[in-house]
Amino acid sequence: MKRYLIPAALFVVLIGFLAVGLKRDPRDVPSPLVGKPAPAFTLPQLDTEKPFSTGDLRGQVWLLNVWASWCVSCRDEHPVLVKFSRSGATPAVPIVGLNYKDQIGDAKAWLTRFGNPYVLSAVDLDGRVGIDYGVYGVPETYVIDKRGIIRMKHTGPITERSLAERIVPLLAELNKEGG
Amino acid sequence: MKHLFLMLLVAIFAASAQAKEAVPMAEDPVIEARLVRISDDLRCLVCQNESLSGSHADLAKDLRREIRGLIKAGKTDAEILDFMVARYGDFVLYRPPVKPTTWLLWGGPFVLLIGAVVGLLNFVRRRTKASVASAKPAELSDAERQRAANLLGTTSSSISQKDTQS
Repeated sequence: MKRYLIPAALFVVLIGFLAVGLKRDPRDVPSPLVGKPAPAFTLPQLDTEKPFSTGDLRGQVWLLNVWASWCVSCRDEHPVLVKFSRSGATPAVPIVGLNYKDQIGDAKAWLTRFGNPYVLSAVDLDGRVGIDYGVYGVPETYVIDKRGIIRMKHTGPITERSLAERIVPLLAELNKEGG
Repeated sequence: MKHLFLMLLVAIFAASAQAKEAVPMAEDPVIEARLVRISDDLRCLVCQNESLSGSHADLAKDLRREIRGLIKAGKTDAEILDFMVARYGDFVLYRPPVKPTTWLLWGGPFVLLIGAVVGLLNFVRRRTKASVASAKPAELSDAERQRAANLLGTTSSSISQKDTQS
């Protein structure tokens, strides 16, 4: 009986590794930018001529949400963001959109059709700012603190659950921090 | 005459401008060769099992454009890899660096190999011991000795003597 103990233990360990591996999302690549300053950029806005700079939001906790009208999973995420922006949390936590490699007309039509949760959307036509942020799968969301440090990156659509369990508690915590 | 000259000049410039636009991205074979060499070792993040040089994903095209720009700006290979790692992490590298978080990755196979060799040696040693033990003549119980003696028509003591002699 004892001689089967070691292979059985090895088997359980192997199954354990495989089970964890199955549940992990291979698309969720940890970002090296978490804990580092958010790359600064100045880009034109979708609605006005006025450019937006990351420096404008210094001293505030904010969300940078990368979206595009061609992005299918952005549609799943969008109602969650719209609801969040109307929940009263937004005055404290603005959501800035980064309209990634999109057509201006399509982007505007998309916001008209599905609602606009963003205080503004910066237009990244050639995707250069996206590259600086390590964007590889839209939608992606960055939580940026008062000092302009990226504190969290969420790859893929935000769900009610990830918002309630991970993002909202972090935002509350960051808002308590000094600028 | 002056007008004609101007028009000609404009025409020439327009033609050359057009020609420039029509030139494919691979204008400099040296840069392209370096681009391919660097991006062969980089992972395309959209289609994760493809290299950056072979991918047709939009992001891969953009990243190749960035790398081309960096090459033209005179950056070294190491600087270009740093550029990629700073944005996408070690995951983009098909040859991850050796550091504490990747020790298991690099050392794991050797640990498994050593474990397997130790296991194999143990197994072989135990088997040799077992086969040596089984090669020894088995001890007879009293009942067996009695039965053997009956069959051979001798007394049990002589069998016992023979047994101890061998």
